[in-house]
This record gives sequence, C-alpha cells and structure tokens, in this order.
Amino acid sequence: MEEKLTLFKNRKRFGIEKNIDIIFKNTALVLSSFVAIILLGIILVVFFQSFESFSRYGLKFLVTSEWNPVKDEYGAFTAIYGTLVTSFLSLLITIPLGVGTAIFITEDFVPKVVREIIGSFVELLAAIPSVVLGLWAIFVMEPFFRAFFVFLHNFFGWIPLFSTEPTGRNSLLAILILVVMLLPIVTSIARDSLNQVPKKLRNAAYGIGASRWKTIFSVILPAALSGIMAGVLLALGRAMGETMAVTMIIGNSNAFSWSLLSPGYTISSMLANQFGEADGSQVSSLFYAAFVLMILSLVVNIFAQWLVKKFSLKY
Amino acid sequence: MNSLYYQKRLSRNIGDKFFTSLSVICALIAILPLIFLVTYILIKGGSQITPELFTLEPNPPGDDLDAGGINPALIGTLIITTIASIIAIPVGVGGGIYLAEYSKGGAFSRFIRFGVNVLAGVPSIIAGVFIYALIVSTKILFGSMYSGLAGGMALSILMLPTVIKTTDEGLKLVPNELRYASLGVGASMYTTILKVTLPSAFRSIATGVVLGIARAAGETAPLIFTALFSYYYITGLGDLFYEMGSLAVLIYNFALEPYDAQNKLAWAASFILVLSILSVNIFSRILAAFTEKTKRV
Repeated sequence: MEEKLTLFKNRKRFGIEKNIDIIFKNTALVLSSFVAIILLGIILVVFFQSFESFSRYGLKFLVTSEWNPVKDEYGAFTAIYGTLVTSFLSLLITIPLGVGTAIFITEDFVPKVVREIIGSFVELLAAIPSVVLGLWAIFVMEPFFRAFFVFLHNFFGWIPLFSTEPTGRNSLLAILILVVMLLPIVTSIARDSLNQVPKKLRNAAYGIGASRWKTIFSVILPAALSGIMAGVLLALGRAMGETMAVTMIIGNSNAFSWSLLSPGYTISSMLANQFGEADGSQVSSLFYAAFVLMILSLVVNIFAQWLVKKFSLKY
Repeated sequence: MNSLYYQKRLSRNIGDKFFTSLSVICALIAILPLIFLVTYILIKGGSQITPELFTLEPNPPGDDLDAGGINPALIGTLIITTIASIIAIPVGVGGGIYLAEYSKGGAFSRFIRFGVNVLAGVPSIIAGVFIYALIVSTKILFGSMYSGLAGGMALSILMLPTVIKTTDEGLKLVPNELRYASLGVGASMYTTILKVTLPSAFRSIATGVVLGIARAAGETAPLIFTALFSYYYITGLGDLFYEMGSLAVLIYNFALEPYDAQNKLAWAASFILVLSILSVNIFSRILAAFTEKTKRV
C-alpha cells in the first residue's frame, strides 16, 4: 500500500509530453487566427489594389456611370445602383413570401409530416448551386416571362421602371431569380425563430380569447422579429454578393437606365465579366468596385450579427 | 343567437380565414416553382446522360453537332474540391478545437468567432478577386498564372468558416464529464482532445464538413478567374499548375454559348452536380436524424 502511493507521487509527466501539449495548443491557436489573417488580408489586398483608381477618381467613382476602357474613364454608378436595386427589390418580394411560408409550416394547418417534408425540401433548395439556377433562368424562366414583360411594358410603360421595350435578359429577371435563391434562406431562418417562441406565450394569448391570427400578429411575430430580421439581413448580404445566376440573366450592360426591363449590371456581375480580360487601370477600377461591394456586404453582415446579439436573449 | 358556438360571419373568423388562405397561397407560390425547378433540372439534364459523357473531352464550341463529354471538368471539380478540403479541413478543425477547448470566452476568441461569421458573409467572388491579386497576378506559384491550385485555394476560403463553425459547435455539445474523466485519470489536454472529445463529436463535425464540401463543389464565382477553364484531359500532377476545368465553370461557359450542343452539355453537367449535391445533403440529413434518435434512447 505504502509503496503504491509513493509510486503515484513520483510519477510525473515526461517532459516531451508536456512539450507536445504546449505545441498542440499553440498550433490550434495559430490555426484559429488564420481566419482573422485571411479576413484582414482580403480587406487590405483589395484596398491596396484599388488605390490607384481610388486616388484618381475619389468618391466621384461612385456617382458617374461611364465605363470606358478605351478612353480610360471609369465610374461604377450603374453597377452599384444595379446591386442595390436588385437586392432590395428581390428582398421586398421574398420577405412576405418567405415569412408567409414559414408561418404556414409552423402553424398546424396541415399534418406535421407534411410540414416537415416541406421544411426540409426548402432547406435542400438552398444547396442548389447558383450557376445551375442561372442556366434554368436563361432557358426556362426568360421564355416563360417574356409575354408578361411585354404586357407590363404596354400597360405600365408610363412608370419609369417599365419604360423600355423588353428584349431578352433584364434586371427584372435577375430580381426574380434572386427571389428563388433567397426564399430558402428567409423561410428556414424565419421558421427557426418562429419555432423558438415559447409555447406559453401562444397559450396565454389563446387563453384571453385572441384568435389564431391575432395571436400570430400581436404575439408570435413580434417575439420572433429579431431572428427574422437577422435572417433578412443575411439574405440581403447574400443577394448583394450573388454572382453567377445574376451575371447569366441580367444582360450585362453598363448603359444606365431606370427601367427594370432593360439589361443592367451589378458589381459582382461586372467583376465576373471583366476581371479575366482587364488590364491597366481597368483592373484597379474593378478592385475599387470589389472594395465597394465588400464594404456593403460587411456592413450588412456586421449589422445582422449585432442585431442577433442585441435581441436574441429576450426569451 | 348562442355565442358559445362558432360563428362564421364574425369579423375575427372571417379575418382568420383570410389570413390562413393568404399563408397557404404564400407557401404555394414559394414551393411550386422550387419543385418545378428541381424536377426540370433532373429530367432535362438526366435525358442528356450518355456513357461517352464521362470519358470524352468537350469539343470547342462551333458548328460541330457533337459536343463531346465532360470528363476533364468532372475530374477537375474533384481535384479542386480536394485541394480546398486539404487546406480548409486541418485549418478549420484546428481553429475550432482552439475555440471550443482552449479559449475561455475572452476578447480573442470573441473576435475570431465574429470573424468567422463575417468571413462566411463575404461574397464568393471576393474570394476569387483576393486569390487573383495574391496568387494569379503575382505568378507566385512557380510562374504559373491561372491554375487548379489557385482555384482550390479560393474555394478553401469559402469552406473555412463552415468547418470552424461545425467543429466549434460539435465540440461544445460534448458533455464536460467526459473531459473531466479523461483529465482525472491523468491524460494530458491533447490526449483528451484527440482520444476523447474529437471522436465523440466526430459524426456531427463530419456531417458539417461534408455539407461544406458539397457547397464548395458547386461554387463558380471564385473559379472563373483563378482556375479558369480547360478543354483537355488532366493527365498528371503537373496539370495542377495550369488552367483547370470544373463542372460549375463548364455550366457557366456553355450556358452562354449560342450552340445547342454546348447547352445540352451544360444541362448534363448540372444534372450531375445537382444530383451529387442533393444526395450528399439528403444522406447527411438522414444520418443526423438517425444519430439523434439513437441518442435519445
């Protein structure tokens, strides 16, 4: 007995094992800081590459829409306007559809099995690559909506948004394909936050005689609002950065037009189109545009995270 | 008038009916196009599948009726995704281990977690622009410009946040009793992590990582000016330093060609891409549901 105890007392960890432990910890530390390094690297590299264009045009770059590699004049207003318009309008369509669908699959209108199937199906769709959506948009959606666009132009042509003759690819199609992409995101996040609202809130509302939709509008939705808002902001970030599907269907024209029925541009589609063949100061201008895009999506994302942190612990 | 019975005409009941049908309509508008989209891709793409598709090179676009196959793009996608995984999985798992096992919720770990979320929100084309500036335009990789290697690096930037997040969250779910037990019998920290916590979180981490890989396989934007595209067979390791095709870029390039034969090739490639991504997703979902059931018992 005595012997054994001393055996344990004298048993110390080998020096080499201690060193391995320290090395392991520090390796993990270094690997985790890679994220910060990459993030800062992206910001710095894009900023420094755009420096030439930035010092030449300054903020004028953001409000002029000339993009002329021959004359070496660059301004990204058309692309920035296109990015903002397509992402905001697509979000405007997606929010009611997505939240409505989320309510449908969190209430008990249909049996639970059906709701779960619909829910996981919607989540699966988020996994479809955007380039495939673009292919589908070119060959299925564009012919399908052609007649509708002509109708829009004929009857609402007096509104500047529909003032041009529809010819093939245009911004409105880009908005519609963005809706298809954003719906799964908004729906699944809205569903999660609706599910997290405690049951007792609903029961209390029913108990004092509120009808189902009175409960939804006055109790459930306000309680889930922060989660839904965060989801919407994430979707907005995704919409602004979305490249492939939009590039394939928006028509890629730098001529500025208020009309949604004319071909347009977004920052990301401009990058996808021109980056490969650009040289000289065009490259720097493209980096400048990329920098603008990055700042836009960073602001939206950070705001979304702040929103989640600020409001998520309410219930 | 008995107010204890349900009254159809009551304004609150009419309003309820109205909103219920509105939400049903929302769900229908949202889901029907999605169902249509998936079936269309699977039917249209599936009808283009032939054995030669998997063995031939694509022919350069032109008036040729025969477009060839997608072998180089298929292999290219596998190679580029593998490169991305080789970079992102060790870095991501290591980073996740630090966040979940070592950090004590201080400023550094909060900053890293915040950075992970921000990096996840960076537009995928920015990753391509970054790698272009860092690697392609500087020719830092032994003088090669566009290369499969550069494409893999761009994709790894997109995979990294997913891997870190799933590792971090998977490890956090491991009960602390396991760690105490291991440390209590005298195991060192790294033995505890490698032999106890990582293995017990393995399945949830693996699921997340596989989903991340599937997601990366369909990404196009980071590849169009890093890996570019190639029509030719991949024959050896040296090809890593040259332009490399991928299914996603093939779909992009050939969808915009005016020729029917190339368009068909794009549909076939979409079929393969969508089918593999969806089956990976469904499979990991079933696996996750299965483990959840066994855990509850």
